[in-house]
This record gives sequence, C-alpha cells and structure tokens, in this order.
Amino acid sequence: MSNLLTVKQLRVDLPVAKGTLHAVRGIDFHVERGEMLCLVGESGCGKSMTSLALMGLLPRKAQVNADCLNFDGVDLLTVSERERSNLRGARMAMIFQEPMTALNPAYTLGNQLCEALRRHQRVSRRAAHDRALYLLKRVGISAAEERMRQYPHQLSGGLRQRVMIAMALMCEPDLIIADEPTTALDVTIQAQILHLLRDLQQEFGTAIIFITHDLGVVARIADRVAVMYAGEVIETASAQALFHAPSHPYTQGLLRCIPTPGKTLPGSRLQAIPGVVPSLIDKVAGCAFCNRCDQADERCHSTPPLQTLAEGHLSRCHFAHQLANPANLNAQEVTL
Amino acid sequence: MAQTFSPQVASEQHSVANWQSRLFHSTLNNRSLAIGLLIIASLGIVALLAPWLAPHDPYLQNTANRMVPPIWHETGSWTHPLGTDRLGRDYLSRLIYGTRISLFIGIVVALISGLIGTTLGVLAGYFGGRVDAVVSYLLTTRLAMPVVLVALAMASLIGGSMITVTLLLGLLLWDRFAVVARSATQQLRDAEYVQASQALGCPLHYILLREVLPNIAGALIVVATLEVANAILLEATLSFLGMGVQPPSPSWGLMIAEGKAYMFFQPWVITIPGAALFILVLAINLLGDGLRDLSAPGGRNE
Amino acid sequence: MWAFVFKRTLIALSVALTISVLCFSLLQLSGDLALSIGGPEATAEQVEQIRVEYGLDRPVIQQFTSWLWGAVQLDFGRSYYYQSDVMDLVVERLPVTTTLGIMSLAIALGVSIPLGVMAALKRGSWLDRMAMAIAVTGQAMPNFWFGLTLIIVFAVKLQWFPAAGSDSWQGFVLPAIALGYYATPAMMRLTRSGMLEVLEADYIRTARAKGLRTGTVIFKHALRNAVIPVVALAAVELGFMLGGSVVIETVFSLRGLGQLAWNAISRNDYPVVQAIVLIIALFYIVLTLLADILNAVLDPRLRAR
Repeated sequence: MSNLLTVKQLRVDLPVAKGTLHAVRGIDFHVERGEMLCLVGESGCGKSMTSLALMGLLPRKAQVNADCLNFDGVDLLTVSERERSNLRGARMAMIFQEPMTALNPAYTLGNQLCEALRRHQRVSRRAAHDRALYLLKRVGISAAEERMRQYPHQLSGGLRQRVMIAMALMCEPDLIIADEPTTALDVTIQAQILHLLRDLQQEFGTAIIFITHDLGVVARIADRVAVMYAGEVIETASAQALFHAPSHPYTQGLLRCIPTPGKTLPGSRLQAIPGVVPSLIDKVAGCAFCNRCDQADERCHSTPPLQTLAEGHLSRCHFAHQLANPANLNAQEVTL
Repeated sequence: MAQTFSPQVASEQHSVANWQSRLFHSTLNNRSLAIGLLIIASLGIVALLAPWLAPHDPYLQNTANRMVPPIWHETGSWTHPLGTDRLGRDYLSRLIYGTRISLFIGIVVALISGLIGTTLGVLAGYFGGRVDAVVSYLLTTRLAMPVVLVALAMASLIGGSMITVTLLLGLLLWDRFAVVARSATQQLRDAEYVQASQALGCPLHYILLREVLPNIAGALIVVATLEVANAILLEATLSFLGMGVQPPSPSWGLMIAEGKAYMFFQPWVITIPGAALFILVLAINLLGDGLRDLSAPGGRNE
Repeated sequence: MWAFVFKRTLIALSVALTISVLCFSLLQLSGDLALSIGGPEATAEQVEQIRVEYGLDRPVIQQFTSWLWGAVQLDFGRSYYYQSDVMDLVVERLPVTTTLGIMSLAIALGVSIPLGVMAALKRGSWLDRMAMAIAVTGQAMPNFWFGLTLIIVFAVKLQWFPAAGSDSWQGFVLPAIALGYYATPAMMRLTRSGMLEVLEADYIRTARAKGLRTGTVIFKHALRNAVIPVVALAAVELGFMLGGSVVIETVFSLRGLGQLAWNAISRNDYPVVQAIVLIIALFYIVLTLLADILNAVLDPRLRAR
C-alpha cells in the first residue's frame, strides 16, 4: 500500500521575543491509507504545531521546512495557497480539541456543515443538506433534522464534537487530523467518541492522525504510534510493539506513569518523570531527554541516531538496542 | 497520567502570534504617554505664567490695529506674532490666557463629576441590590439626556459664565465615572482582603476609602483624563454657541465664535484657537491612552 | 426573550417619565412664564389674563399632569415665539435632523467598519497606524471647528458643496461628515479590537480548516461576530448625534431640530426647548432599546436569556 502522507525532516520555527522557537525539529513519519496513527507527547512537544503545519494553518510568521512533505503525490511545500485551500476540508480535514469554541456561534449547524461541501463540490443545497443529515445521524445524533436548525450553544460538548466529526467527513477526506478531540470531554463521552472515530475510520477507509497526550487512548485505537518529545519523534512503532517493547527511556517513563488496575498498589505514589522539558528557543545539543533520563551517560551529549529495532520500529536513543531487549525491560505490559 | 508540563514553552508558543505588534504598540503608547505629558506640562506652565508670557494685555482693545494677520503672512509683524482680532486685541495673549480657562474648566469639571460618579458607582458596586438598581436608573436617565442641549438650556436660564459652565458640566459628566467605578467595585467586593476587613468589623467608610478606592483609582484616573478632554471640548462648544464663557473672556471656543464672521477671508482667526484646542485635547487623549496601557498592559486594543 | 423586551420597555418608559418631570421643572425654573409670554410691554392686567389663559394659575402638579397628558398625545403646547403649535414646528424640522443623523451614521459606519477590519487584518502595518491616528485625532477635534474648517475648504475654496442649507442632498454632505467623524473613532476601535479578538477564535481556525476562501472566513465568519457590539454602539451614537445636531445645524444653518432648539433657547421659548429635549431623549431611549433587541437577534446565544 502506498503512503498517503510522507513527512521527512519537518521543521517548524517560530520567531519569539527571545529568539527563534524550534517547535518541531526535524521529524519523520508517514501515514498509510486508512490507518490510525497516534502522535503522542506532552504539551509543547510540537504535536499540534505538526498538525497545523500539515494543514497549512500555522501563523504566517512560522517557518516550515522539510525534505519531503508529500500528500498523495502533492508536494505540500510548494503548492499555492489556493491549491492548499482546495485540499483543506476536501481531502484533509481537521477536528479540534475544544468543541465548545470550534463552531461559529452565529450560524446554525446545518449552515456550517454544508458550507464545506458547497465550497469544494458542485452540489445543490438540497444534496448538501441530505449529506449533512446523513452524517449527523451516522455520528449518532438523534433528531438530526431539528439539530440542523440549531445553534452551537444549544448543544453539549460531546454533541458538538460529534458535529465536528460529521463536518470533517462531509467531503469524504482521505486524511483526518484529530487534535486531542476527546481531551475536553467527560470520560464516558470520550469513550463513545473514540469508538465512533474507530468505526467511521473503518467504514469510510479514512486515515486518521490522532494527536493525544493520553497513552490510555493510544492503547485503545492506534494502529501505529509516533512518540514526540521536545520537537522530535523519539520513537515510532506499531501500537503492539510500542506497548510491549518500548525502546526509548521517555516512552518507558510515560508507560510507567499509567496506573494499572491490579498492579499499582492503592495509595502508592504514581510514577512521574522528574525534571522539565528543555527550552526549544536555542539549539538543543545532544539528546533532548538526557537531563531527565536516569540512564544517560556522556554519550548522550551527542545527538543520538535513529536506530532501527525491527521493521517499522525506530528509536532515537543510543541505548535503544539494550532497551529493546526484553531482558532489560522493566516496563509493565499494558493490555491492548 | 502524570504530565510534566512546561509552562515556559507553552506560553511562548501562545504569544508568538502577536508579540511583534504588542511590542509595536507598547513603544507607541509609551511614546504617546511621553508626548502627551510633555504638551500638557508645557501648556500648564503657559497657563500658570500667563501674565509673564503674554506680550500684551489680552483685553486691551486697539481699533487702529484690527485684524492684523499673523507672522507667517507677508503683512504680519513680531509685535503681534499671531495677529489681532476684530477689536485689535493681541491674539497670542488671548490664546495664552485662554489656556487658563480650558485647563481650569477641564480639571474642575473632572473633579466634580469624578466625585459624584465615583460615589454613586462605588456605592452601587459595593452594596448591589436596590442601591445598584437606583444608581443604574439614574445612570440610564442621565445618558438619555442630550448633554449639549440640556447644558445650553440650563446655561441660558441661569446665565452663562465660567462658574455656571463648570458646575453644569460637573453635574452632567459623571456617567463614565459611575460605570467604571461600579464595575471595578463589583470585582473588588469579593476580593479576600475586602472580605477580611469586613470580617474584622472595619467601619464602612474605612473599607470604602482604604480598601476599595485605592484599588479602583487607576481606572478612575484614565476616565478622568477622558472627561477633562470632554469638558474642554464641551466648554468650547457652549462658548461657541454663546451660552458658555461670556465676552470679553478669552475662551478658545468664544474666539472661534467671534472669528466666524471673518473666517472666509482670514481663516487664521478660527484656525489658531481651533488648533490650540485640538493640540490640548489630543495631548490629554494621548496621556489617557498611555495611562490605560500602563494600568492594563495591552489593554487598549486587546 | 419577550420577558427581556418587556422589562427593558418598562425601564425605558419610567426613564422617559423622569425626563419629562425634569423637562417640566426646566419650564418652571425659567421664571414667571406669563411675564415671558406677555413680553416687556405687557400691563399687569394683560399678564394676569395670560396667566389664566395658559392655565398658569393652577397648582404646579395640575399643570404638570395636564402637560404630561398633552405630551403623551404629542401635544406640547404653543410656542411663545413662533405662536404656533410646538408639534407642528417639530414635525416640520424633524426630517432634516433625521436625514442628517442617518447620513452621519452611514458615513461613520462606512469609514469605521472597513478601516477597523483592515487595521485588524494588517495589524501593525502603516494602515493600522493610520487608522489609529484617525481615531486619536478624531476624538480631539471640536466638531463645530471641524465643521467650519470643512466649510472653508470644501464650500468656499473648492466649492464642491454648499456651505449652508438643506434644499438638496449636497447640503447635507459636509454637516454629515462633521457629525459622523466624531462617532468614527469609537466605532473603529471597537471594530478593530472585535476583529482581533474574533480572528484568534477557534471557529475561525475551523473555517480555515474547511478550506473556505479568505473572503468567506473574514466576512462570513469573523466580521459577523465582531460587528455585534458595533451595532449596539451605532444605535447609541445615533442618539448622541441627534443631541449633537444642535451644534452642527447651527454651524451649517440647517433648518432642523437642533437649530430650532438653539433658536428657542436664545429666545427663552421654553415649551419648544422642553419638547425637543424630551423628543431627543425618547429617540435615545428607543434606539438603545432597539440596539438591545438587535443584539439579541444577531447573537443567537443572547436569545436564550
């Protein structure tokens, strides 16, 4: 299967008061057709910047560079803004974190659902309306006909996120970028939305880049995972491999932070990774994680190469091979 | 899941979008504050030292020397750098003495209306409920009254003079003070140090004067600059319409009214006092904008 | 929604009542009305006769209720000076003032909204700086002086527009500019800050993510939300403009309500003054009420309240 999206050495630099913020520092990944890639990392690691760079929605001051940024044969680095906007919404769509504010309060849901389709395809008002209605029903909204005439403030957060999903599906895109779509929602609603996304992905064959900081979510839905830290992808693997054989100290640390029912003793302290993320304003020398890593030695002052551990399993750590060896592994297993 | 959150990186990313324009505006406003202060200070000195600065008696008429043009005209002379008016009075001297009238009225009106508006606003904001309802009602009523028209009518009843104009405007321009004082006090009412004073049984006047007032003073000073400017413009308007400061006082508005008949052939008779008004009010507005940005960084435009 | 409108109407009515009390006191304060009506040459008997004729011998409360009853029926009594019905005078002058007000508002909106939008879109550019400069200078210019300057430049020097008179639409251009310019800075600043706020909103990002054209994003999604507070301000400004018409109509010799008011004030013709103050106050009250309702119509979130 050919890759839908190929990203090589993507860099995003933002001018700030104190210099240049290197928000994304040369990341590689690809997305296959119809797969669910999870981009995991903590706040400020550059995962949202990556998604906005893919969509072409970064502020104008931001500089985007890459060796390759190819979306289904289209070079995203050189396309005109006009062609870019023809892609946006039609072939690549986005779902945002905050459903409460992502919809325009002044227009009805029907209006906002239909406008994307009417922008990209020559369809009648009636056809757009029918498509919106079908999708609203499909994402599990009852009384869809009535909802079409309602305004965003009349809906709960969970319902609004369903509307956002329907909106993303309006033009049957090849790729949906979902930026923490469940973070702002209650846990029960979260589970429903995850199920829905997974179902829709299988039904429509859409590829999804799912951005999250929550490894619990990753375990539920991901085909493949890319872990980001301080503007770099530090480990990529299939979901299976990542949870069974994490090969980067940061990934291992993240996994240790998850309390596991039956294994974590009640009342015991949850694990945390000590220290803070380095500032990305200046150039980061060596391994970005070494100041927080308990296994770091002098080797870590040089930038670690990307090491291949298995087919599709890469880790940016000098010790990747030792860590990948199950004999050295102290991380718990997470049931998938 | 335990998250090690880096506020530094996050806040920097957030501010990226507009730091440049923020920088631009902060220098702009610091500059506007400086320019405003400089102009106001110089005009204040001019007003104080008027008897020494004015080259002539502003009231001295000289019918032989009527409508002498200012220095930039071919026939102008240094005896009367800004020329003379229709009664031969020295325009520069009148302009200098006029500074006193504008500044006096502006400041005294702001003091009177500030006292009324702040009292009403603080009471409404602090007590809420019925007090608030009454004050809001007074405010709505006051806003519905056309200021210029009411001031004109009242001035014509009582008789226009500097004192009348000052009192009338003082009684009319308290609305903005009340609005700002009310909302600022409402926010303070639930602040912990105010509640602590209440819990300690501090007398009401102590809480209002020592706890509330100092904390809303910044916002009120910004309103005060706006109202000084507003009062100066309204005084000029009333005097222009003949119901404000009466002749022969050298009010700038009156000077424009007196020059109106000559403006087609000697436009400078209205240009000079108009420019003086414009510069003074502009300086006060610049000062107000600068102060507003000091009290709330990025406040004016964000 | 309807409860809100009802409550606002109730407040508006009571404010109108308070203002009419104030207006009536104005009349009482103006001294012995019978003397004013009779003029300086009237004999004591004539004054007494006038007093009875105008009902001025009755108790003040009774005079007030009968005046108010008249006012409710749009009967404001007779003008001392013009010797005709106050309402006839007002009706005759009203079109000029409303034309002036609406033209001024149109000019103010026509300048401030595009300028505010462009300033926000090109934040920090020369255009933004120019817009801010216009705002700062606009607030500092006395409008009567600006009016006189317009007359000198455009009526006398360039002769593009007449300096005075309300016979044709050209006569309204200069006064409308002079009056509208004063309202422009506040509306422009509000448009600019509203646009800046809205452009940062998540739903704008959503609109762009849908691939909508820039024009659609700015005009359909951003401006619509940014302009809501400007509409409310515009209604209030129109109220202020009607009040400010007294200055501009005098400067440009327009036969409108403002000029009538000024003439009446200079001639101690208080029934006319009273009526105009009350009418302008009523306009203001109605306009603010309309602004609130319009806001609720424009902003679906407010409709729920």
